[in-house]
Amino acid sequence: MLTHATQRTTMKSDDRNINWVQEPRLGLAGRSYLLLFVQGLTTTLRHFFSRKKTVQSPEQRHEIPDPSIYRGVHRLNRDQRGRVKCVACFLCATACPANCIDIVAAESPWTDREKYPQSFTIDELRCIFCGMCEEACPVDAIELTSLYDLSGKSREEMVFDKEKLLSVYDRTKDAKPMRTSRGEGRGAGDGE
Amino acid sequence: MPTVIIDNRELEIPAGRRLNGIEAARLAGVEIPHYCWHPGLSVAGSCRMCLVEVGTRDPKTGEIEMQPKLVPACNTIVADNMVLVTNSEKVARARAMVEEDLLLRHPIDCPICDKAGECLLQDYHFEYGQPERRADIRPFTSRRRDLGDVTLFVDRCVMCGRCVRFAREISGTSELMVTGRGARAEIEVVAGYPLNNKLSGNVVDLCPVGALGDKDFLYRQRVWYLRRHRGVCTGCSTGCSIWIEENQDRVWRIKPRENPLVNKWWICNDGRYDYPHVHDPRRLTQPTGRDGLAIDWTALPNELNRSLGEAGRLAAVLSPFLTVEEAYLLCKLIRGIDAEAPLAIGPVPEVGEDERFPGGFTIRAEKCPNRRGVEAVIAHFARRVATFDELLAELDQDAVQGVWVSGGYKHEWIGQATAARFERLKLLVVQDLFPSPLSERATYLLPGAAYPEREGSYVNCADRLQSVRRAIRPPAGVRTEGSLCWELLGRKGLYNARAALDEIAREMLYFSVAVEPAPEMGIDLKANLLAG
Repeated sequence: MLTHATQRTTMKSDDRNINWVQEPRLGLAGRSYLLLFVQGLTTTLRHFFSRKKTVQSPEQRHEIPDPSIYRGVHRLNRDQRGRVKCVACFLCATACPANCIDIVAAESPWTDREKYPQSFTIDELRCIFCGMCEEACPVDAIELTSLYDLSGKSREEMVFDKEKLLSVYDRTKDAKPMRTSRGEGRGAGDGE
Repeated sequence: MPTVIIDNRELEIPAGRRLNGIEAARLAGVEIPHYCWHPGLSVAGSCRMCLVEVGTRDPKTGEIEMQPKLVPACNTIVADNMVLVTNSEKVARARAMVEEDLLLRHPIDCPICDKAGECLLQDYHFEYGQPERRADIRPFTSRRRDLGDVTLFVDRCVMCGRCVRFAREISGTSELMVTGRGARAEIEVVAGYPLNNKLSGNVVDLCPVGALGDKDFLYRQRVWYLRRHRGVCTGCSTGCSIWIEENQDRVWRIKPRENPLVNKWWICNDGRYDYPHVHDPRRLTQPTGRDGLAIDWTALPNELNRSLGEAGRLAAVLSPFLTVEEAYLLCKLIRGIDAEAPLAIGPVPEVGEDERFPGGFTIRAEKCPNRRGVEAVIAHFARRVATFDELLAELDQDAVQGVWVSGGYKHEWIGQATAARFERLKLLVVQDLFPSPLSERATYLLPGAAYPEREGSYVNCADRLQSVRRAIRPPAGVRTEGSLCWELLGRKGLYNARAALDEIAREMLYFSVAVEPAPEMGIDLKANLLAG
């Protein structure tokens, strides 16, 4: 059986799938550039007189229109009992296109939970903030906050561990509440 | 030859083969989903997933008459003029109903289930299940039960009963049973008699869902990260075919690889959990000289060749853990320098007696993979295979001055007293996995490879030659015996096990059938001896 890759060939210039487009002929107005010049200057003038968007960061802060969809620093949510909500399923690490999530799973020390992350680290320097981890998480344990100005003095400092990610949650939980309570109340009691 | 019609296609069944519907359909390229049926176990017919329409064709008129009810394919032995329909609306509906029923009581905790990714319940639901659930069940956490060697996740079980049948038929220990009835049926052991036998790990592979968890592997990796490589178990001289599953050069688990001529579908726990030594931090990873000083690999081959040439009378100890190719290259190296060098086989570890199980599986007492292969190579070069004790006797008489010892043993293999007999040698080259009393006395101590890092062929106790490629790269600082000897012999390019085996097959009658690319099941070397 031929695989998809072996079937693909280089496209030739006489390929029927190519739709050739002619460059439109310019009229007098186009060739004199006058109209385009006026159009361009209008844009410039409009912005010149409109309200200024520049923010004097870091003294002033950017206003984030919708924090719930902003993709900033990650946080690890806590469940109702204050424990890490993550179940160490590795789905975020699997979905991550930058391979920046590293999880070590272990049997959880709690009776109502099966598995938990013994260690959970995100390399914020490798991360491309695409939000795929958030999307993949089956219990909504990992979320992207609206904190955008993260900085550190070394590369090691930018590898966030579990404690640090939980502390981000503690810092941002009031500004941005947890999106859902998925994964809560899945205690062993439910199964019996 | 009997002819059956599967989904409007005629299939000729090879004469004399007794196939059930699932096997016949597989021959025709049609997959019939099943949970409880397994080719190595008796037929239970309990899961009802393999239900198909069955009929007969009148050989004279060609008229087809179908049975009104669906029939389990696993329990239907195909016969001449039988008609199987697996792609009808009726069959699809039956499969969807079975899937729905199984999922009614399933926790659907796939994110934390170790089976996710290789789970039949997932796969079949995706393929044959209903797109929407009608029952409103929230995911829940499965109850756990310790069965002894494995952990049972009670609520994930689909009651196929494969594990119960395995314990009865193959291991013959019958620890497992089903308690309760209907929806309350559960797998259980009698209190005080846990699942505890040398084949118990196989029930984890048999389980089509995540109900039985391997305690060694539980929670450690997700299966989709693992890459599997064909391997041969080096635990005993049975030489079971295995899959070595690794992620980034770390072995995470060993699984049996189906080989009807060696191990069928099973491996023993000794072989299954025989990989921790590969990642043992005590492993040698740096070549050292007699003074314990580190030597660089780049200068070492030349230095070794010079020392071997100057030593005088040489001898070699070939470990039964070497592959055929490695043993051949080492013999060639030593005999090339000293044409009369005695060649001995290293100590062959033997533990107890052969263990035979009711299902036909045998664990051999000889705990090394390649005694026969290494002995055949030695016999070719030296005519006589010297034992380790004979070599020690020669050492006592100071008959040799330089010895090359290949170790590769997973456990302690040489005592202080025996090692002391190597004391007076001018040159002692030791290539081994772990430090030992012998390695302390080595002029050159070379780190050796563990079995997933080796490339080459093993000959098992039934003269079956199986070739494998390496599964993981050796740790930094380690060179495999094959690649080192390849360079010492002055051969061009990288170590090429296939080229070495071709050479062996040309030179030695015993290996002469191995010229063809080896099939997955291995080559029977005995067949050649009978013909030759």
